[in-house]
Amino acid sequence: MCLAIPGKILSADESNGLLVGRIQFGGIVRSARLDFVPEARVGDYVMVHVGFAISRVDEKEAERTYALLKEMGALEAELPPEDNESA
Amino acid sequence: MKYLDEYRDGRIARRLAQEITETATKHWVLMEICGGQTHTIMRYGLDELLPRNIELVHGPGCPVCVTPLETIDRAIALSLRADIILVSYGDMLRVPGSNADLFRAKAQGADVRIAYSPIEAIKIARNNPKRKVVFLAIGFETTAPANAMAAYQAKHEGLTNFSMLVSHVLVPPAIRALLASPSNRVQGFIAPGHVCTVMGCHEYEGLVRDFRIPMVVGGFEPVDLLQAILMLVKQLESGVAHVENQYVRSVSYQGNLPAQQILQEVFEVADQKWRGIGTIPRSGLRLRDGYAAYDADRIFDLELITADEPAECISAKVLQGLKKPTDCAAFAIRCTPENPLGAPMVSAEGACAAYYRYRRQPVAS
Amino acid sequence: MGKTNGITELSCPTPLATRDTILLGHGSGGKLSAELVRDVFLPAFNNPSLAKLNDQAVVAINGSRIAVTTDSFVVSPLFFPGGDIGSLAVHGTINDLAMGGAQPLFLSAAFIIEEGLSLAVLGKVVASMQRAAQGAGVQIVTGDTKVVEKGKGDGLFVNTTGIGSVAFGVEMSSDRARPGDKVLLSGSIGDHGIAILAQREGLEFESAIESDSAALHTLVSDMLASSKDIRCMRDPTRGGLSSALNEIAAQSRVGIELDETAIPVRDEVKGACEMLGLDPLYVANEGKLIAVVDRDSSATLLKAMRNHPLGSESRVIGTVTKSDPGMVTMRTQLGTTRIVDMLAGDQLPRIC
Repeated sequence: MCLAIPGKILSADESNGLLVGRIQFGGIVRSARLDFVPEARVGDYVMVHVGFAISRVDEKEAERTYALLKEMGALEAELPPEDNESA
Repeated sequence: MKYLDEYRDGRIARRLAQEITETATKHWVLMEICGGQTHTIMRYGLDELLPRNIELVHGPGCPVCVTPLETIDRAIALSLRADIILVSYGDMLRVPGSNADLFRAKAQGADVRIAYSPIEAIKIARNNPKRKVVFLAIGFETTAPANAMAAYQAKHEGLTNFSMLVSHVLVPPAIRALLASPSNRVQGFIAPGHVCTVMGCHEYEGLVRDFRIPMVVGGFEPVDLLQAILMLVKQLESGVAHVENQYVRSVSYQGNLPAQQILQEVFEVADQKWRGIGTIPRSGLRLRDGYAAYDADRIFDLELITADEPAECISAKVLQGLKKPTDCAAFAIRCTPENPLGAPMVSAEGACAAYYRYRRQPVAS
Repeated sequence: MGKTNGITELSCPTPLATRDTILLGHGSGGKLSAELVRDVFLPAFNNPSLAKLNDQAVVAINGSRIAVTTDSFVVSPLFFPGGDIGSLAVHGTINDLAMGGAQPLFLSAAFIIEEGLSLAVLGKVVASMQRAAQGAGVQIVTGDTKVVEKGKGDGLFVNTTGIGSVAFGVEMSSDRARPGDKVLLSGSIGDHGIAILAQREGLEFESAIESDSAALHTLVSDMLASSKDIRCMRDPTRGGLSSALNEIAAQSRVGIELDETAIPVRDEVKGACEMLGLDPLYVANEGKLIAVVDRDSSATLLKAMRNHPLGSESRVIGTVTKSDPGMVTMRTQLGTTRIVDMLAGDQLPRIC
């Protein structure tokens, strides 16, 4: 439930008292409301659910915890490749 | 996509699964509440990676599945009125009511429109001043702030043709009801990461204290879920019970305060019926009196029809994690996504639908 | 319904669904569509050619093999990035012929027009059809026009019927896949469906996602020139890659195993699918094909495909197996296995 995906704020604008951002999700850019993340700035990543940002991604925490995960992953062997190229 | 793809890394996932296998010395029953997490588990075959002594059961975390029958019936009845445009999130369109679903209502000429965001419903109301727009506002705490904002905006714009049919459910009371049940087998919970993004982690302290069951707030990608499971298993093996946060990149202890504020402003807690379970006290949200003019339940005169219930659907037991979809005699035979007997087969997030789509046989055990 | 404290007691109040009316899902190329064909059309029309359930029928007339196909186009909006209902109608029917190994020759074009449609709009569609036909070396030789009352049509519906000639020795059909065969895909999936959805739902992505609508017959003839061991080809339109593969698996009574990491998806399509909760495997394509081929030919074929502009991103995406006949499975990027089932109806954007 609660499908929310991370996107990068490319720009933010206030129109009619509403804070709206242009958010980049991979290859697409779409606008989302920033009412719930007043602390977010251009360049930040936010989690967006039904057109609203519900959190600002804590990049420091993410980096710290991911570094540990990456170390774990490095101990694991690569998956044997599927017979993909056939040549 | 950053903060998404790296949490689908196969090597990290397998390493986490390995650690879980090495850490777990006993059989542990773990529940994830959130339909989105169930979806990930099935779609990536995570249960294939886990050792046999870790049993995952799926909770009632699909707001689509647990929306009461009356709400669907009311939405359908409203949609069939010529002066009404019914706007809904896509997931709701196939959920069966007593006699029909919104898709069929649409086939009969009802003006039913899909919205990705509640703000689109507001736009439709603005652009169609001569017709009434009813927005089917469902969801957990994750979606409630956006739905609340729609009501707030409607009020402040002075819209006279917009209302919401609200069916919001809250997670902690549901967990409490599950844990209090004498047949509960769940020993550890993966708490829903996006619900906690809004509400924070503190609501779960009381549950952990009262029931001495560990809870880890988990994200939605394979690595997130495996890490959350590892954290739970470590607690269980040590005999401790805390609230821990795996999904630190999105969840803070206090949650999202501006979002909580709009919830307070627009909604109040109320008793709520959960389809397939029953009424759980103080487990839902309704619009406050100040927003009565935007409450479809209060504005429209709606007749309620209750249908006879087929005994075959065991969704109540599935929703509580007491049975798996594959335990159901009707699963994949009489109950399929095209012909669902119960809500967990209808919603893409329902446990039965997830099992059906991704795997029809249980992992050999 | 239940009592307040009866949390463990309850049963589900959903009644059994009866189905006596047509739903939108019957047109989406998934299970409901298949059921309709199986339960209504096949029994009524009943003949061996139809029973093969290919995208086209190859029939013998006076010793020549002629492929015939028909397709109706009801897309809304009429115009979208990368095409319009007209170019779609021409490419779509050409492709259905090409999937049977036919050289497309002639098309008919029938129009069902809603009263009130602007002549300028009709003119634009027709001009687009001519451009598409000319580009493909095909002539539109006959047609029909009907006008329906305002409110009884979606602006414009177009039907194109095509005929082509099939060379001697070309025998492609969805029931010919064998264990050991390889599955090839000509390029990225999901472009068309997402382009349409974005346009229709006003999703307003900053740079428009474009439909991949294109005529595939020259790619097909290059492939046929390079190998005689192609079992079948399909263009994965409505219902996406999943529907096309499930149909082949069912008709050939084989299993198909896919490799998730081999399936190309463009960044824009991936982003849109993540946002809407859609799976690209189920999203329509209009300029792509899948080919099931003998494993020993797959390397040569892949090369031939990559040499063609419409096949430059071709990949081997899977293998045909003996196990689990009728089922399509996928090895995920984590190395686990999941079923790729056919959807019942349309895929809906979800919030859950």
